[in-house]
Amino acid sequence: MSDLNYAAPETVEAAVGLLAGDDTARVFAGGTDLLVQLREDLREPGLLVDIKRIAETRAVEIGADAISIGAAVTGAELGENAELKALVPGVVEAVNLIGSDQVQGRATVGGNLCNASPAADSVPALVAAGAKACIVGPNGSREVAVEDLMTGPGQTSLAAGEFVTHLVLPKPAARSGDAYLRFIPRTEMDIAVVGAGVAVTLADDGTCTAARVALGAVAPTVQLVQAAADVLVGSKLDAATLEKLAAAAEGACSPIDDKRGTAEFRIQVAGVLAKRAATIAWQRAEG
Amino acid sequence: MPKHNVTATINGDETDFTCRTDQTLLDVLRDVLYLTGTKNGCGTGDCGACTVIMNGRPVNSCLVLGAEVDGAEIETIEGMAKGNELHPLQQKFLDHAALQCGVCTPGILNMAKSFLEKNPDPTETEVRFALAGNLCRCTGYDKIIRAVMDAAAEMRENAR
Amino acid sequence: MNEESRGRLGSNYQWVGKNTRRPDGVDKVTGRARYGDDMKLPGMLYGKILRSPHAHAKIVKLDTSKAEALKGVKAVVTGADIPDHEPAKPPYPPIINDFHDISRNVMAKDKVLYDGHAIAAVAATSEDIAKAALKLIEVEYEILPHVLDPKEAAEPGAPILHADQTTYESGSDAPSNLFRSSRGERGDLDAGFAEADVIVERDFSSEPIHQGYIEPMACVASVSEDGAVELWMTTQGHFVARQLLSKLLNIELAKLRVTASEIGGGFGGKTTVYQEPVAIRLAQKSGRPVRMAMTRSEAFRATGPTVGSRMTVKMGVKNDGTITAADAEIWYQAGAFKGAPIGRAADTFFSPYDIPNMRVAAHDVCSNRPKIAAYRAPGAPMACLGTEMVLNELAEKIGMDPVEIRLKNAVKEGDQSLMGTKHGRIGMIEVMEETKNHPHYAAPLGPNQGRGIAVGYWLHGGGLSSASVILQDDGTVNVATGNPDIGGSRSSMRAMAAEELGIDVELIKPIVGDTGQLPYSYQTAGSRTTYATGWAVVNAAREVIDKLRAIAAKKWDIPLEDVRWDAGQAIPTDNHTGIEPMSFKELAAMATKFGGAVAGHSEINAGGAGAAFSSQIVDVEVDPETGFVKPLRYTVIQDVGRAISPDYVEGQMQGAAVQGIGWALNEEYIYDDQARLLNTGFLDYRMPVASDVPMVDCVIVEVPNPNHPYGVRGVGEPCLVPAPAAVANAVENAIGKKMGSLPFNPPKVLKAIQAG
Repeated sequence: MSDLNYAAPETVEAAVGLLAGDDTARVFAGGTDLLVQLREDLREPGLLVDIKRIAETRAVEIGADAISIGAAVTGAELGENAELKALVPGVVEAVNLIGSDQVQGRATVGGNLCNASPAADSVPALVAAGAKACIVGPNGSREVAVEDLMTGPGQTSLAAGEFVTHLVLPKPAARSGDAYLRFIPRTEMDIAVVGAGVAVTLADDGTCTAARVALGAVAPTVQLVQAAADVLVGSKLDAATLEKLAAAAEGACSPIDDKRGTAEFRIQVAGVLAKRAATIAWQRAEG
Repeated sequence: MPKHNVTATINGDETDFTCRTDQTLLDVLRDVLYLTGTKNGCGTGDCGACTVIMNGRPVNSCLVLGAEVDGAEIETIEGMAKGNELHPLQQKFLDHAALQCGVCTPGILNMAKSFLEKNPDPTETEVRFALAGNLCRCTGYDKIIRAVMDAAAEMRENAR
Repeated sequence: MNEESRGRLGSNYQWVGKNTRRPDGVDKVTGRARYGDDMKLPGMLYGKILRSPHAHAKIVKLDTSKAEALKGVKAVVTGADIPDHEPAKPPYPPIINDFHDISRNVMAKDKVLYDGHAIAAVAATSEDIAKAALKLIEVEYEILPHVLDPKEAAEPGAPILHADQTTYESGSDAPSNLFRSSRGERGDLDAGFAEADVIVERDFSSEPIHQGYIEPMACVASVSEDGAVELWMTTQGHFVARQLLSKLLNIELAKLRVTASEIGGGFGGKTTVYQEPVAIRLAQKSGRPVRMAMTRSEAFRATGPTVGSRMTVKMGVKNDGTITAADAEIWYQAGAFKGAPIGRAADTFFSPYDIPNMRVAAHDVCSNRPKIAAYRAPGAPMACLGTEMVLNELAEKIGMDPVEIRLKNAVKEGDQSLMGTKHGRIGMIEVMEETKNHPHYAAPLGPNQGRGIAVGYWLHGGGLSSASVILQDDGTVNVATGNPDIGGSRSSMRAMAAEELGIDVELIKPIVGDTGQLPYSYQTAGSRTTYATGWAVVNAAREVIDKLRAIAAKKWDIPLEDVRWDAGQAIPTDNHTGIEPMSFKELAAMATKFGGAVAGHSEINAGGAGAAFSSQIVDVEVDPETGFVKPLRYTVIQDVGRAISPDYVEGQMQGAAVQGIGWALNEEYIYDDQARLLNTGFLDYRMPVASDVPMVDCVIVEVPNPNHPYGVRGVGEPCLVPAPAAVANAVENAIGKKMGSLPFNPPKVLKAIQAG
């Protein structure tokens, strides 16, 4: 009875053609969110366009200035990439926190991003790392900052027929470090109640010269918190800075009460995690 | 109703099957191929009972479409013993009483097998995190962890 | 058995108390074992159930015509297809099987009472056709106000679930969600509290907890043209299921054959029927076998968790630790239909202690939630929570060690429980002594760490059991019982049979027989199987021995009383010289020449299982900034009477400890303001995963039960009783603050830490 169809194009152009030609089509990457949504009748697409056989979505490239991560690269594959892990450990750790090892074998960076959950683990880390999503569609290609891709829970700024082929991250400068922490009630297998991604670059004397702080699960979309970054830039990581950072993080939260935590709890823990993630990022930057 | 003709290698045998798009690999294994050793505990990737090894990686077969495994290599619990010889993990699960109802056991065995191939000398904590995607409600995990650690030791010994 | 296990009595037994490889093990590690959803029959249809999205509503219209017309749909069933029955009438037994309720729980008739309540079902040639057919069923509801909390539901003016239900003891005709109460009182409560130096009174609450078995309910029903029904199902008791189905659907018992599949966890949850009557009706209507398997979401929405509770507990002690008085009142959520385990609550509250003045009241209250089912020691862990947390606070206030206060008041042989159980030989004191002496109890704690202890009481069940011990002529043996094996009972049956017969366990293949093959056996529940069914196996094995002795007597031409049985041999008494003993195997080979094949049978109604106690020591560490609780160390000490299969006894204790961790810290039912269940999967119904918990040390204490041939008491339930309380006490100890509302999840713990 199910009229759902499946296609596995091997080129970007073919995928765009399929997506643009059928308004019930949906991009299918790792499937770890989408298949659950299908099962629960939350979505009823007519066509699944599997992008895993397209070379561009499956590559990780580390260039002189930039890092490119294919949208359909899995968490497990990223975790096995030692060079990438050394450059952006926070991003890799964040992706590796998604689900179990079984889920890691399937879940993709692009899928985690485009599923557009405010609690997606990879997103705060990607935002902190300054990542951009590279999008193709019927009208050509474009780039959008990761923090601007998601427009609300389950909603993105992708137009009909568009999909994310890969992500581009600036290669971190010397004396840079990033980190991502999340809070869950168990040790594994939960959705983040709060997530915090921090990336910093330090001068030789340990003063922060650049910082990005992003928070997940505390607002309808992942928040890039400029006020928190402003606290860090120009500071050394002393106790007073950490307290100001926590306050800035808390101030950026507009969470809800739901089955995963209360608003009050989320705000408090956002401050705690921002401090802890900043401390780790700092240690990494100092080498 | 779209149907897909798929050829995959399952436990070493080239296997053809036909499935609808909405049928997962788990549905195909259980309802089309009658390989019912792979269990359905949740259908959402949260319990790990349906864990199989696909192209060398553990996956929840409930989160894989039958249509997309064309050309893939799949290992299920039915292929773990070689003839009448149990895999060391299977043997150690029996020796350590690491199962009660047994419905989580096939998934845990597949997960543990695939984990030990990557990490042959794990700590207890590493084993616990590797098995975090496999719920067991009977055992409290204690004897499962002991069995995996002991199997790892034996497999290291056998590999010397 | 682990090195650290101590305390077991020595014995001269060859198999009882020894670890052997479980007889069902190889099938379970190779994927061969067949569970509820592993049965595939030719021509099998797929059944699916349409469920209410509303917590409380009248069904104004139910039109299945479009679903019936869909190609591939072979049968449709609604509430009208499930026979109605008269409501049960007083006097009510402790456990009521009210078929008026069961009929309506299986499928709603005129109104729905909870989110997930079944309203119609279809059987189709494939699962996706069945799903599509459900979407074609037209239902109109008139939504009614709902109530979830048991205390609120018991108040006047609460939305009423059943217009025809009144409060049994009240004598009033007014409809009420409060069905009945269980009460017990002893001594003079006021005088007892007046005597106390310190009194603590606290409120507690706990949420419904799902058994969380990994295998959802599944069955296959097949009906032949002559009306005979065969049902394959995952169940803890196929005889009980048959009894329920027979009465509910008006099918004669002998024509209803139920086979228990291998069971993927039960913990009490698989002791009733849900979709099985529907599968049978679909099979009757379609003429084809029908398979039904619940999704995980259906398991959460529509099968019974254990009760949630609201309670007040008050206890008083003298400065020397003597408990002078104890008073408790508890409201239990029965769910949509009456039947909360109130008698068990009343029996469990203060039963580890000998207290002169006591009062307990427990209330059975309906609310718009799925009807509760049993879960390991039904009704007990919540009651234990209140008592054990109050007692710890009292110990703290008088400056007494928490183990000492329990030892000082420990119940012992000759004492009588509040609800009337006169205790024989029991092991409360031995359990507390082992607790006090365990190195864990004295181990140092670090910063932000805390230690909790608690002890739990459980009165075991006995009941009807049957067994056949069937001798084959090659000297091997089949042991058949009517009890599904949920925790390793086949190993224990085999061990007891081997011990009696004097043969190697490997010569014995134990099986679970179906309802056509054995006399009635009550279900695998109440920690009764190794006790009661094991006893039947012992009896049946002894009958085999008597028959083999008779063969030897005939062969030797000596009187039967001159043939004794020892270590697997028939041996003539000393007055017969020159006769060589005959082995079990020799006798087995001769049997058919001496009158026929040999088997022993036993059908019993076992009493005398008695009480058992489990004590637990738990260490946790709390993150003071997030409220995250990490269990660090866990020790379970329990009197099991005798451990027939020590590894599986430990497995029960370890499993219970981790279930207790989940109950105390994270598991709960979360509803929206429309009383729709929000966490219908394992993602947000947070059972512990492997990385959440430590190893669980076990101390098996053996104070043999004098009523059982091998001293068995029962194992599976006492160990869950104190587990939530022990973990909760550890959290309070770590944060130095009092809490009372389970689960102690991070938001609640953080709030408690930061409270003034």
